Amino acid sequence: MVQNIIDVRNLSKSFDISSKEPGLKGTIKHFFRRQTKSLKVIKDISFEIKEGEIVGFLGANGAGKTTILKMLCGLIYPSEGSILVSGYLPFRRKENFLKNITLIMGQKQQLIWDLPPIESFYLNASIYDLDKFEAKKRIKKLSEMLEIDEELFIPVRKLSLGQRMKSELLAALIHEPNILFLDEPTLGLDINAQRNLRKFLQKYNKETNATICLTSHYMKDITSLCKRVICVHEGAISYDGKLNLLLKKLSPVKEILIVCRTEEDAIKLENSGFTVKNKINNEITIKIENNSITSSLKTILNNFDIEDLFINEPPIDEVIGKVLIKNNYDI
Amino acid sequence: MISNLINRKIFTLLKVQYSNMLEYRVEIALWAISGIIPFFMLNIWTNNNLNESINISDVMLSRYFLCAFFVRQFSVVWVVFSFEEDSLMGKVSPYLIQPLNPFFRYFAQHLAEQITRFPFALIIAFFFFIFNPESIWIPNLGILLLSIVSTFLSFLIQFLIQSIVACLCFWTEKASSIERLLFIPTLFLSGLLAPVVSFPAYVKSWIYLTPFPYLIDFPANLLSGNETNIRGGLIMQILWIFLLFPLFKKIWFEGTKKYTAMGS
Repeated sequence: MVQNIIDVRNLSKSFDISSKEPGLKGTIKHFFRRQTKSLKVIKDISFEIKEGEIVGFLGANGAGKTTILKMLCGLIYPSEGSILVSGYLPFRRKENFLKNITLIMGQKQQLIWDLPPIESFYLNASIYDLDKFEAKKRIKKLSEMLEIDEELFIPVRKLSLGQRMKSELLAALIHEPNILFLDEPTLGLDINAQRNLRKFLQKYNKETNATICLTSHYMKDITSLCKRVICVHEGAISYDGKLNLLLKKLSPVKEILIVCRTEEDAIKLENSGFTVKNKINNEITIKIENNSITSSLKTILNNFDIEDLFINEPPIDEVIGKVLIKNNYDI
Repeated sequence: MISNLINRKIFTLLKVQYSNMLEYRVEIALWAISGIIPFFMLNIWTNNNLNESINISDVMLSRYFLCAFFVRQFSVVWVVFSFEEDSLMGKVSPYLIQPLNPFFRYFAQHLAEQITRFPFALIIAFFFFIFNPESIWIPNLGILLLSIVSTFLSFLIQFLIQSIVACLCFWTEKASSIERLLFIPTLFLSGLLAPVVSFPAYVKSWIYLTPFPYLIDFPANLLSGNETNIRGGLIMQILWIFLLFPLFKKIWFEGTKKYTAMGS
């Protein structure tokens, strides 16, 4: 049986936020009497993650996804509740815990700007107590996987964003952590670089059985990497389960564009009891529930003269977009 | 074993930071030149014969200010500004989850910068001796070694003071403004502008209880051969380090609980 590697119980986090009224009056008032209020950004959440799982955290900006990741890796201190990651309390930042994890933030870098990435790699290797031979071996292996052999010796400032991100990944993975926290790892990358990064993460997960917790606003990252998603809405978990179930629930029908041989056939189809979205000349778009798609298509093909048909999946961004603004969907 | 590992980490950090500093050699040369306040002060003192009132000869005074320049070059600390920026921009986050306190990075950065500064400081000293040939002297080896130790201890005291202030970023975000408050006593009481011996007796008795005279005055007097209590000075430096280190550890521990990883 696969063990839970992350166990979160009734976790909450509050931040003290100071507010200021606009204008000079507000500024003076703020100077003499600062008003702060406690804002609960994570509200009593619980979940477990099994070893080797890739879990995507979904949510609108400010929903609390990154705060959850930061608490899981021990960067910030939880206000209430408990977190166990690989058997450790993250915030204590015990050396063995830190050697087991890594955090990659798409918009932050740890590489030394004016030096080639290889210098940062060897530095990280020594921080994680790797000897030179082992470090060399791992740098070779990871740079081959990431296809950045030539970029290792070029100053970071001269690398492209994609090359830099790959180098960041290498720096963050040199100690071969078995839990990866990735906060928008593909942010700002072009389509090819995004695809390569996803391929790399899939490979890394397969080869090392590493657990990956990921946040991303690129739905392709989520759909190609994560079987399970945790949706966060205003600091609370609104859905925790399989991604395909969520998609089915949120998008129970498919749209089918049917091109009939003649307009008469299209009119006949329009009046045959299917839910019609629209009809233009001999083209008609109908909506069919996911669970009856095969039988419905069989009926259509047997009874009407069809020239062509197209099954349109609703855009994933649109479907997930519903998750980001709603809080009331039960699977 | 543990110390070996730390040494290896620090050594690698130092090597990498030194490579990084070499990328900024022109800037470092300019910073070294910008630290010539002691030479201005020497000029003011000698032109106004102020040294007569404290019974220090012109030669000894010029040696004192040259040594003050050297001590300052190898004990200047800016960790509060680096940490504040990194903390506000969220750059410190990746370092916080590595098995090495981020302050070791800043520590190595400072040491690397000092190594880079060294040749420039020597060039400035060379020119100083050209214009003041009567001030040339060769300190004996024992005194030289003690001065190096004392300068390093001075650097440690300043690094710890600033690191403590830097940790206040976890509460105030603008900890550098507190450092500016500390800069005033550092400037006046450390011996940078005037040897502490020139202060009135009752002021001196108080000054010697603070860490400030051990930052420049003591190591500079030691190196220049002026009369000073070597054992007492070194003990006070070590005492301050023993006092400040646990304070830093405590404030770091409490501060990191407050860290919100802003900017990331």
